[in-house]
Amino acid sequence: MSDRIFGVFGIILAAGYVFAALAIEESFLSDAVGPKAFPLIIAAILALSGAVIALRPDPEPHWPALARLAEVAAAVVVLILYAEMLPVAGFVIATAFAAAYLAWRLGSGPLETAAVGAGTSIGIYVTFHLILGLSLAKGPLGF
Amino acid sequence: MELLANLGDGFAIALSWQNIGLALLGCFLGTIMGALPGLGPSNGVAILIPLAFTLGLGATPSLILLTSVYYGAMYGGRISSILLNIPGDEPAMMTCLDGHPMAKKGMAGEALSLSGIASFVGAFLATWGLILLAPQLVKIALLFGPAEYFALFALAFMTLGGVSSTNQAKSAFAAALGLGLATIGVDTQTGVPRFTFGEVHLYDGLDFLVAIVGLFALSEVFIFLETRHGGSDAAGRKLTIGKLYPPVSMIRRTTPTMLRTSFLGFIAGVLPGAGASLGSFISYSMEKKLVDKEGTFGTGDPRGVAAPEAGNNAAAGGALVPMLALGVPGSGTTAVLLAVLLALNITPGPLLFSQNPDVVWGLIAALFIANFMLLAMNIPMVGLFTRVLMIPSRILMPIVAMVSFVGIYGISGSTFDLLVMIGFGVMGWVLRKLDVPLVPIILGTLLGNSMENNLRRAVTIDNGNWWTLIDSPLSIALWAIAIIGFVLPLIVGARVKAKMHQRRDEEGAISD
Repeated sequence: MSDRIFGVFGIILAAGYVFAALAIEESFLSDAVGPKAFPLIIAAILALSGAVIALRPDPEPHWPALARLAEVAAAVVVLILYAEMLPVAGFVIATAFAAAYLAWRLGSGPLETAAVGAGTSIGIYVTFHLILGLSLAKGPLGF
Repeated sequence: MELLANLGDGFAIALSWQNIGLALLGCFLGTIMGALPGLGPSNGVAILIPLAFTLGLGATPSLILLTSVYYGAMYGGRISSILLNIPGDEPAMMTCLDGHPMAKKGMAGEALSLSGIASFVGAFLATWGLILLAPQLVKIALLFGPAEYFALFALAFMTLGGVSSTNQAKSAFAAALGLGLATIGVDTQTGVPRFTFGEVHLYDGLDFLVAIVGLFALSEVFIFLETRHGGSDAAGRKLTIGKLYPPVSMIRRTTPTMLRTSFLGFIAGVLPGAGASLGSFISYSMEKKLVDKEGTFGTGDPRGVAAPEAGNNAAAGGALVPMLALGVPGSGTTAVLLAVLLALNITPGPLLFSQNPDVVWGLIAALFIANFMLLAMNIPMVGLFTRVLMIPSRILMPIVAMVSFVGIYGISGSTFDLLVMIGFGVMGWVLRKLDVPLVPIILGTLLGNSMENNLRRAVTIDNGNWWTLIDSPLSIALWAIAIIGFVLPLIVGARVKAKMHQRRDEEGAISD
């Protein structure tokens, strides 16, 4: 079933891609092929392979239980928040929280969670910023 | 003679303190990454690319660092195969078959050092193969026009589909997806924006480094979260190594095996679409057919340890040949290395050898040096790396994730790129669940622009005649190989691939 949905999704994606490709405004100074031809060829391959996947599906993959899916979704949300907060809170603070969250969700105890968060954040800051001179996000506190 | 002179120049470049230091660092990090299940050559190299840039390293030093990681990972993968029966990375899966039984018999030290020697022999011979074969391939490639290049790219995608996945349709899908992603941004020929939907950040196109780090490194973190695999695989087990040096008779007995499989692995590596995993698989299977008369393979036969290790290291060297000489990588890790070159504004391919000989020969000399370093690290110091196996992934994975973010942020300093990277991470996770190979996607995003440019140049030169694509004998030959490479696995390949992939684990399962 997963493969059938995936295949149909591929065909829809190809259709959307064709639609967007046809909407490309061509410049009056174009070469013989133009900017649309290559995307259209790719869309054809995309649609064709999508159809084959939908018609001849592989055995069902092993999907995790809902709780584990929520786990992954929560991690995605945390990482998005991390990306957004990086310039606001500064590298050290944001990274400490993000690393601690991941360590906690992978099964660390409270003490280890704090240690991984602080250790990762300060470790990266010292190695990459202080020693190697990489510029990292500066927060209101300057680190 | 010219060859030796070139090699001499290469050593003059590689033997600077900075380059030796980078090679040492790369070998060390690479062995660790190879040894840890969950970090393999392709995602290990991917994480380190942004760092190589932000450190402001030039082309030769960055390549030396990253190929040392690549070679190192090929050595390191065997450690957890032998001690834990869990492949540290995909190419090391065949080493489990005889390596772990040897360790169970109390010969872990012998298995580790023997496989270290086999790795060295494979990599050493393959580096010589690279020196001898690449310039010949360059001579052929110089005859290529745009139509032939277009056919060559098609060949790379079609043969990659033949090997990297159990389902051809899925690899075709992945390739088309990658090529489609590459078309985002301002069209290089006419200057019109394509698929940008008015988003200014997309005018430059998607940065392939962002795609690579997201697909390879972040998706791995998600896999670990999903399975909640937080512990160390070595937890609660005693990792005894025992006697470290194998008896001379064992080395003598396995020497023919090493030489044969090095050759075979190298060929497997050079072929487009095949990487180190295939190299070790073929090597093991062939040796089993050839010398296993008493049926000892699979029960701890030293030859069964030497064969896949020599094979995968030789294939790693072989895979560099098409990447450097043609600009078309055949495996996941060489695709990542190609990304390094492209990001440094160096176009690999035949012109690389004439325009940037310092890069090519410096790299080759560094590979020789790295190989000796790795031999030294992997036999006397192997105990150090076995301790690395004790690191639980609940500590390792947060570090991997954060280093990926730092690297990408260090390049662009933009939150938008980080969000795109997370998007690629999620996409990589879903696609891996669906058994869609990731390597064609990366290859598509890397080669998409030059594939399209060659197509358009070829057709424009011939006044809009599309038949020009199959006009020369050379391009017809390339198309023929491409079609055979795509169709043949449909007929005979299913069985081989099913066997090759049945042993792969969930984590760290990016084909190489």
